[in-house]
Amino acid sequence: MKRIARFLVAVLAVAMLAACSSGGSGSQTPPSSEPPAQTGGETGGEQTPSGEETITLGLAVSTLNNPFFVDLRDGAQAAADAAGVKLVVMDAQDDPAKQISQVEDLITQKVDVLLINPTDSDAVVTAVEAANEAGIPVITVDRGANGGEVLAHVASDNVAGGRMAGELIVELIGGQGQIAELEGIPGASAARDRGEGFHQAVDGVEGIEVVASQPADFDRAKGLTVMENILQAHPDIVAVFAHNDEMALGALEAIEAAGKSDQILVVGFDATADAVKAVEEGRMAATVAQKPQEMGRLGVETALKHLNGESVDEYIPVPLELVTQ
Amino acid sequence: MQGNVQIKDRVRQLGPGLAAIVLGLALALLSDQFLTASNILNLLRQISINAIIACGMTLVILTGGIDLSVGSVLALSGAVLAGLASGGTPWPLALLACLALGAAVGLFNGVVITRGRVAPFVATLATMAIARGLTLVYTGGRPITGLPSALRSLGTGYVLGIPVPIIIMAVVFLLAYIMLVHMPVGRFIYAVGSNEESARFAGIPVARVTTLTYVLTGLAAALAGAILTGRLNSAQPTAGSGFELDAIAAVVVGGTSLAGGRGSVLGTVVGALIIGMLDNGLNLLGVSSFYQQVAQGVVILLAVLMDRRK
Repeated sequence: MKRIARFLVAVLAVAMLAACSSGGSGSQTPPSSEPPAQTGGETGGEQTPSGEETITLGLAVSTLNNPFFVDLRDGAQAAADAAGVKLVVMDAQDDPAKQISQVEDLITQKVDVLLINPTDSDAVVTAVEAANEAGIPVITVDRGANGGEVLAHVASDNVAGGRMAGELIVELIGGQGQIAELEGIPGASAARDRGEGFHQAVDGVEGIEVVASQPADFDRAKGLTVMENILQAHPDIVAVFAHNDEMALGALEAIEAAGKSDQILVVGFDATADAVKAVEEGRMAATVAQKPQEMGRLGVETALKHLNGESVDEYIPVPLELVTQ
Repeated sequence: MQGNVQIKDRVRQLGPGLAAIVLGLALALLSDQFLTASNILNLLRQISINAIIACGMTLVILTGGIDLSVGSVLALSGAVLAGLASGGTPWPLALLACLALGAAVGLFNGVVITRGRVAPFVATLATMAIARGLTLVYTGGRPITGLPSALRSLGTGYVLGIPVPIIIMAVVFLLAYIMLVHMPVGRFIYAVGSNEESARFAGIPVARVTTLTYVLTGLAAALAGAILTGRLNSAQPTAGSGFELDAIAAVVVGGTSLAGGRGSVLGTVVGALIIGMLDNGLNLLGVSSFYQQVAQGVVILLAVLMDRRK
């Protein structure tokens, strides 16, 4: 009997822990004066005093083990705090099964709008359909859903980013010369959109010619070999645009090995740590950075707009930013 | 002495059940949504995959073994199911192939352990890596999509208002319960786990009984893989990572001894329920998922400490 008692006490202790960390912020009445949520980023609690209609948004994040999505969460949290609404954040740790369970639990909590940053565009469909059935609007963030009804999709404007990169290259080479393009995995949406924007900027500019557009699959090693081949065929190129930084860094290796770093400038995409360092060292001309905080903020603001009865666009582009020296 | 032992056994069996009830009551007090019909179905559906794997895992652990390959077997058989079905194979055939594959990997585990005399931990650790690697080879590292709707309903469908995964879980539990409690093979499994030597002297076919438990566990993992594939609307190459630990946790929290010979499949289902209630309840309460992992660890630790004190 003693043992049962001990076990029960322990279980109760766990339950208390739950009660404390939720009760803390949940039992307070609204919100604008309330300090931002605790470290976990969650706000808690179901015990909204009756009569008070607090808006609750649910945010299911793919993983908080990646700084990109932590920034996304922070942006969403800041926007929710500023608007005085509650934001419940769940971390799926990149496990699609866990994400579905978490979305189901958010539906059970009757959140007003669901923001989902899918772990996988196919796997999330079950979760989106469950929300549709419960009549809760869904906004996807960063990655889209391949099924179900989605109110809006908030993601980086890759077309605009490609255009920014193209325009920068035109400016840096003085509107004159041959350019090469390293493309991402054929058919991938990021590759398509970034390429489209790039071509909008450079095609038809007098004196500029894109002499090579070849896929290197977002891969650094492939970027290296493809660039080696391009250098053989077109020794006079003056600039390279790569659809991501990995390929840009691979191309950089090929260019430096060929001793042409003074002649050819490289622009990448994503602003990975390696690429930003290369830009700072002057080896790369620029890279295009996504803004995850903006993504989170726009997600929350779109949700609130919808709840206010305003119409929202199906696709909400998040602006990008050039990183130069 | 005899009476004392029996009382202790009762305590062991009652502990997890009482803990589940207390935890359920506590969560019901804290959240108005916890004890709603829709959330109960929600919760049961969420635990079904873990509970099904854990039923198989209970058999293995009762013999004193362990199976670390279940997560990878789940992924591999789910991938083969999705690959065949999306490639035009009629879905019942694809499902059969998926289950047969799970059983075959289990047979491989069993043979390596009993004939090759490899420790179960090491043998299934190797199988875990092999099956995960084969999954990546088979899928090319990308999810397989395009499932027929019949397979989707394995994970998302309802029969008479009850989600299909819950029904499958109930059937698996019943079969495992009947086998352990009402069939000779059940007694053999306990005997092997209690004392392998004396089981052998008593004429129990130890190798065959042990192998059978791995085959059934592989089968359970494949079945769970089929459900997960339906639920995810796709076969994910990384599906099931860490599921072996979730299943072991459910078995241990359910009061089954890792040393073998003592425990029950009912306890395991209750163990899966406790772990599921923690996740679901803490989600409903808005507790950060970071703390949820801490809570889960504490519960596992408590369960093992109870086992020690026995």
